[in-house]
Amino acid sequence: MNPAAAAPVRQGGTNTAENSPRDGLTYRFRNLLGMEPLTAEQIVFLLDQSKPMQEIQRHPLKKLATLRGKSVALAFFEPSTRTRISFATAASRLGADSMNLQAESSSLKKGESLLDTVHTLDAMKPDCIVMRHSSSGAADFVARHLEIPVINAGDGTHEHPTQGLLDALTVRDRLGKMDGLNVTILGDIQHSRVARSDIHLLGKFGCRFKLCGPAMWLPRELEQIGPPGCSIRRASCMEEALVDADVIIVLRVQQERMNEPALPMDEYVMLYQLTEERLKMARPGALVLHPGPMIRGLEIDPSVADGPQSCVLEQVTNGVAVRMALLYLLMGTPPEEPNVSDAAHENRFYRPNVS
Amino acid sequence: MKLWIKNGHVVDPVSGTDFPQDVLLEGDRILATGPAAEISQQAKNNGATCETLDATGWVVAPGFIDLHCHLREPGGEASETIETGTCAAARGGFTAVCPMPNTRPVNDNASVTRSILERKASVRVWPIGACSKESKGESLAEIAAMKKAGIVAVSDDGRPVANAKLMRQVMDYCRSLDLPVIDHCEDASLAAGAVMREGQTSVRMGLRGMPSAAESICVIRDGVLAKLTGARLHIAHLSTKDSLEFVRGSRKHGCQVTCEVTPHHFTLIDEDVIYDSNYKMNPPLASREDRDALLEGLADGTVDAIATDHAPHEPASKAVEFDKAPFGITGFETALALALEQLVHTGRIKLMRMVELFTTGPARVLGIERRIAAGQPADLTLFSTDQEWTFHAAESPSKSRNTPFDGRYFKGAPMATIVAGRVAYRR
Amino acid sequence: MRVVEKSQLMSATEIDRTLQRLAHEIVEKSGGTKNLALIGVRRRGVPLSQRIAQAMREIDGVEVPVGTLDITLYRDDLSKVAAHPVLQSSDIVFSVDDKDLILVDDVLYTGRTVRAAMNALFDLGRPRSVRLCVLIDRGHRQMPIEASFVGRMVQTSDTEIIEVRLREVDQEERVVLVDRVE
Repeated sequence: MNPAAAAPVRQGGTNTAENSPRDGLTYRFRNLLGMEPLTAEQIVFLLDQSKPMQEIQRHPLKKLATLRGKSVALAFFEPSTRTRISFATAASRLGADSMNLQAESSSLKKGESLLDTVHTLDAMKPDCIVMRHSSSGAADFVARHLEIPVINAGDGTHEHPTQGLLDALTVRDRLGKMDGLNVTILGDIQHSRVARSDIHLLGKFGCRFKLCGPAMWLPRELEQIGPPGCSIRRASCMEEALVDADVIIVLRVQQERMNEPALPMDEYVMLYQLTEERLKMARPGALVLHPGPMIRGLEIDPSVADGPQSCVLEQVTNGVAVRMALLYLLMGTPPEEPNVSDAAHENRFYRPNVS
Repeated sequence: MKLWIKNGHVVDPVSGTDFPQDVLLEGDRILATGPAAEISQQAKNNGATCETLDATGWVVAPGFIDLHCHLREPGGEASETIETGTCAAARGGFTAVCPMPNTRPVNDNASVTRSILERKASVRVWPIGACSKESKGESLAEIAAMKKAGIVAVSDDGRPVANAKLMRQVMDYCRSLDLPVIDHCEDASLAAGAVMREGQTSVRMGLRGMPSAAESICVIRDGVLAKLTGARLHIAHLSTKDSLEFVRGSRKHGCQVTCEVTPHHFTLIDEDVIYDSNYKMNPPLASREDRDALLEGLADGTVDAIATDHAPHEPASKAVEFDKAPFGITGFETALALALEQLVHTGRIKLMRMVELFTTGPARVLGIERRIAAGQPADLTLFSTDQEWTFHAAESPSKSRNTPFDGRYFKGAPMATIVAGRVAYRR
Repeated sequence: MRVVEKSQLMSATEIDRTLQRLAHEIVEKSGGTKNLALIGVRRRGVPLSQRIAQAMREIDGVEVPVGTLDITLYRDDLSKVAAHPVLQSSDIVFSVDDKDLILVDDVLYTGRTVRAAMNALFDLGRPRSVRLCVLIDRGHRQMPIEASFVGRMVQTSDTEIIEVRLREVDQEERVVLVDRVE
């Protein structure tokens, strides 16, 4: 099951039969569990809806009352500062409250099952749950047991859909498009949910991927995980990987993984660090993205991290915008299918279908 | 007390019978088989009461044997007891089941074996004893004493016997006791932390996988040891093409290696897995190629038996994230229906062959007979090949509900199960 | 639910003439156009504001900046709608600080839209003044809001709907009164 989206719903519209997305075609999302089940149209819709949110962030006054009275439960069973704060900020900017569950102090440590913890949270009646967990599929599992929308903020090594969206938004803003680009992903791709979400998303727009990293983290099967027809190749060395790249995504080195099997840090730096020299092999103006947090001097040279091609700070700003858009969209969909014309009382916002 | 089974279609692999025939039971033995007129005469002999069971449209087969299941008692009664498990087994058409010893305490000595045999059960219970003390894989269990108490084979199922030297000792010992050794073949280091089969699906889903080599490496090792010792080796829940090819090959060299396949392994593959622990079992669902090889092996005789590996887990323990869930699904009640659906209705094998896989195949592994003939135990499985029904896990007498087949529509079902002359189940 | 057209309130020429007149009025009553700016409220306020700006350019030779405002995020009824409506961007390239803003919309009804628009404007900065210009005022106010510049006042009942159709959005140009029929 994948309760990603129902059929598109037409709202506001003109008197003509055809309505383009500009005329108010909205997608209803029940949950956001991953990029894999979404269509290219749905993804474009989400990115477009993030634009007004980017604007809000440029206002002197960044707080709205749009979601006032609503609350978002932030259930982070895996430690995370950046993503959690990003979601909390997104909620707050739209006037919603957030309830915080943190792994370190969570009841999970006391042996309570995930389901019980989540049901307890649910009993406090949040309007939406944002969840991060170390087990792949945990968000899917929880979504099947709850009525309220679930946003996957990272499940094991499976997906990190909001990271995929903010990466795509950053690329689209900087390069003006996200179609047909050459994307290079560097690092421990086997264990990266960010890489998977990026591939599932950009792969739907004709992007071609080259993957590079230590061989034991680059299984053959990675070449097949994209959408049908998507070109994904493993590169044997950095030079081959970076040639002609438009976008370079540098993955975090997960230090816990360095031990299974052991790979000396110096070897990693020598073989796989994105240095200025190596960056020159990519197309001029190629973007450097990193999901953070960076370890300067390990996977990325500090001068590259701070250089003009680096987009890391925009990624963070766009992250808040994308999450605001998601909260706005998901918290507006009640669980049952309502009668759309119920709300068509105000002339301003809806044009009832004129037969 | 006599029981006259009328109008059924007898399928008996040993005699090759595959035509309508009546069967007359007396007490716990088969009294006679033959055309209705003959049986009618015998039924009225001696004036004893004779009940009848109308098996019109049904197949009458020797009683099915399940070589591999888990009844959880003693110690795991929240998930299943011998009573509830055997009740489910009877509903699945099984007349005898072999519960594995991974109970609490482990069935590694005669007193646990005896306590298991004392439990109330709907079908015959033929326990499998542990190879090693507490199945820890360190020292031999009291196998001879357990044999006296009633075990039919040994295994440390749930785990492999990792130490080759110990496995050799077990095989040598069991050869002298004339007991088969059943191994759960898995290389622990390759399988460590894995929750499904390694492949395209596991990489896409972000779930740690174990390569098929984890099984075949161990199968090959066991086969070599079996040749060395001359023991009877039986591979539990075989699931890969490589393992099967090895078994096929080693038979050519005269090794006594048998193997079983579970219904879920010949029905589902790794691509079917979703984030639902009802798809999590060990060995995990294998690749399409593996499954196709298993189907061939079931047809060409390489596979000796279908065994369910019925592994009940109470609902709360399975309602967790995929990573954390225990391995295993239930299987008694869907085994026959899946075999009919995947093997017989598709034309891959004949009905006679399917009956072999449930009767004479397992019997051969255990070194016993299973047939419909005068003097044999009155264990019979009566089933329909076209009865339409839907399996609902909630209706099962088992305490557990962990199955991926809940709600599945089937054509073909067990209709009556007779154990020692008694009707243990009637649809 | 269907709609049935009851009558036409304004034709294309009448709309045009009204906009011209409104443009004049705004210039006249603004005591200087130095700090003037038009803000069109999405959707149909946008083409109206652009046409008024054009009229100001042609007749009075004044150049007045125009911005667009999407007020979806400021609505007070979002919890009642089926799914949150699609967001469009606002687009106001100039600073609103110290400006004399004219909000332009097609129909003034309960006043809630204007309330939301004002919230949006004040999040952007501190305008010196805000006045309202609408093509149609149909009464039934639920807020203490009035328009300084009105194209036409129309008496309506609650079941009636006034539809302003503009060529830029609706491929036709007129104002009609329609009835909602169950």
